[in-house]
Amino acid sequence: MSKIILETRGLTKHYGGVHALEDANFILHEGEHVAVVGDNGAGKSTFVRQVTAVEQRSSGEVIFDGQPVNFSGPLEARQAGIETVFQTLALADDLDVPSNLFLGRELFKFKLGPFSWLDRKTMRDRTMEALKTTAVKIPNVDNPIRNMSGGQRQCVSIARTAAFASKLVIMDEPTAALGVQETAQVENIIRGLKERGIPMILISHNLRQVFDLVDRIVVFRRGRIVASLRKDETDGNDIVSYITGVKGASDAAFA
Amino acid sequence: MAEATHGLGGLKYDPAKRTRAPEWNVFGALVLIVLIFEILNRMQGGSFLFNMRDNVDAIFNQQRLDIMILQVAIVGIIALGVTQVIIIGGIDLSSGSVVGVTAMVVMSFAQTALVNGNPNPKAIFGDWAMDLPVIVPIVVGLACGLLAGLINGLLVAYTKIPPFIATLGMMVSARGAARWWSNGQPVSFPTENFGSLANGDLLGSMTFGVLHWPGQNPAVVFVLLAILFHVIMTYTLYGKRSYAIGSNEAAARMSGINVDHHKVLVYTIAGILAAVAAVLLTSKNLTAQAGMGVMYELDAIAMAVIGGISLAGGRGSILGTVLGAMIFSVIISGFTSIKLDAYYQEMVKGAIIVGAVVLDQWRQRKRTRG
Repeated sequence: MSKIILETRGLTKHYGGVHALEDANFILHEGEHVAVVGDNGAGKSTFVRQVTAVEQRSSGEVIFDGQPVNFSGPLEARQAGIETVFQTLALADDLDVPSNLFLGRELFKFKLGPFSWLDRKTMRDRTMEALKTTAVKIPNVDNPIRNMSGGQRQCVSIARTAAFASKLVIMDEPTAALGVQETAQVENIIRGLKERGIPMILISHNLRQVFDLVDRIVVFRRGRIVASLRKDETDGNDIVSYITGVKGASDAAFA
Repeated sequence: MAEATHGLGGLKYDPAKRTRAPEWNVFGALVLIVLIFEILNRMQGGSFLFNMRDNVDAIFNQQRLDIMILQVAIVGIIALGVTQVIIIGGIDLSSGSVVGVTAMVVMSFAQTALVNGNPNPKAIFGDWAMDLPVIVPIVVGLACGLLAGLINGLLVAYTKIPPFIATLGMMVSARGAARWWSNGQPVSFPTENFGSLANGDLLGSMTFGVLHWPGQNPAVVFVLLAILFHVIMTYTLYGKRSYAIGSNEAAARMSGINVDHHKVLVYTIAGILAAVAAVLLTSKNLTAQAGMGVMYELDAIAMAVIGGISLAGGRGSILGTVLGAMIFSVIISGFTSIKLDAYYQEMVKGAIIVGAVVLDQWRQRKRTRG
C-alpha cells in the first residue's frame, strides 16, 4: 500500500452534550480519492471541520503527511497543504477572479510591506492558465465575481483549490447548488486532480457522483464511521443500507 | 465541450455588457449638476461656469472655479482617509473632532513670540515653544492625528466594538480634548512661515489654454494625496487587502490576511490625513479654535457616498471620492450662485446625499437582477 497522507485516530467532537463525532478512525492514502457519505447530521462536515481546524477537536489525533498535527486554524492547515472548498463560499465578491484566486498569496513586482506592488499581469496569466487546466470557463475574469452566477463562483472557488492544491484537497458538497453542466465541470476538475495524483476527500450526497469519482467510500452514521468500502466491492443499495442503518458497523468490511 | 465563446452553463458572454466603471456614473452626475446650475444661472441672467463680465478677458468664471477647488480641498483630504475606512467596511465619525484637537495642538507649536512688538497674547507655552521651525508643528500635528487614528484602529480591531461606536467615542473625546487644551480659548498668531503653508502657492499657478489651475497649496496637497492613494488602492497589496476585507471579512481572514493589523493601519492613515487637513486649516485661518472641523466628518462621508463608495464596504474608489468632492463643491457654489438661502442649502444638501445612496442601491439591485 502506498504512503498514508492523512490519518485520524479516535477523532471526537462534542458540542456541549451532543456527540457530533465519535472515535473516527480514518485513513487516506497518497493519490487516493475517498468519498464521505451519510445522512444529514451524521458528522461528515464536523469531521472535515476538525481536520481543517475550523474547529478544535475534543479529543483524538490527526496525523498529516507523517506528522501529528495540531493546526490552530484553517490558515495553518492550508499552509501545511490542505486546500478546502467549504460549503459556504470563501470568496470576496467585489474582487475579480485573479484577485480571488491569489487572495492571501499575491505575487509582487517588488515588496514593500503592505504597500508591495502587485504583479497583476502574472497573476492574471496564471489565473487563465489555472482556469484552462481545470477546464473552468469564466466569461470575463476581470469582472467582480459579484456579477457571476452561483455556479461560476463555485467554479472559481474550486479552481482556486485545484490550482494551489499540493498535498490534500477537501471538498464539502461542491456541487450541491449547481446545475447539470456546472456539476459536470466540477467533476472534470476532480478527475483532473486524480490524474495529477492529488488525494481528495469528497463529501457528497450524490451517490451517482460518488461512484463516478472516487476509489473508496466511507459511511458516517450518527457521528461514527460505520463502513469503509472499496467502490468495486459495493453498490448503491449497500451504501444506502449503511447510511440508513439497515446494516451496521458489525456487517462492514473495512477496506 | 462548449465553444470557448460560451460561458459556464452555456451562458453567452457579451463584452458590450461588461460592467461599466461606476465612476462614469458619478462623472455623469457631476456634468448634469453643473448643467442644471448653468441653466438656473442663465435664467437669472448670469452664468455658473462662464465669465460674463466684459472687462475681464477669460472664458470661464475663474474666481468661482478657484473658490470651488479651494473650498473642497481640505475636507477632501479627510474624505480620502474616510474612503479607505469605508472600503474596509468601517466608518470614521471622529475626523472632524480630530481636526479640532490637532488644530489646537499644531497652533500651539506654531506661535510667534512677538505680535506687533508685544508678547504673543495667546501664548500657550513659554518662550521655548515660540518661533519654532515650521516642521515642528507639522510633525507634532501629524503625530496627534496618527495617535487618534491608532486608537480608533486598535479599538475597532481588537475590542470588536462596532466602528460606529468606537469612532463616536473618539469624536466626543477628541472634541473635549480640543476644548480642554486651552480652556476653550482660541490659539492664534502663528509664525509667518506657518501662515504661508496654506496661503501660498508653492508650485505656482498654471494655465493650460483656457483652463487655469490656481495652485494654492491646499489644493495641491489634495490632488497629490488623491493621486498617491489612488495608486496605492489600485496597485498595491494595501488596496487589495482593503477591498477583500470590506467585501468578505471572513474570507479575507481565511485567506491569511491579518485583518486586525490592516484595520489598524487603515484607521491610522485616516487619522494622519485628518491631521494634514488640520495643519492646512489652521495655517489658512491663522488661528485655531476648539470648534474647528465640526461636521467635517459628515461632509467627508457625504463626499465618499456621493462618489459611489458603498457603506457596506468593498466598493468604491479614491477617484469616485474625488468626483464626489467635486459634486459637493459644485452644489455649494451653485447654491450660492443662485443666491439660495443658507438654510435651504443645508436641507437640499441632505436630500442630495440620501438621493445619491438611493440611486446607488437602485443601480446595485438592477445589476444583480441582470
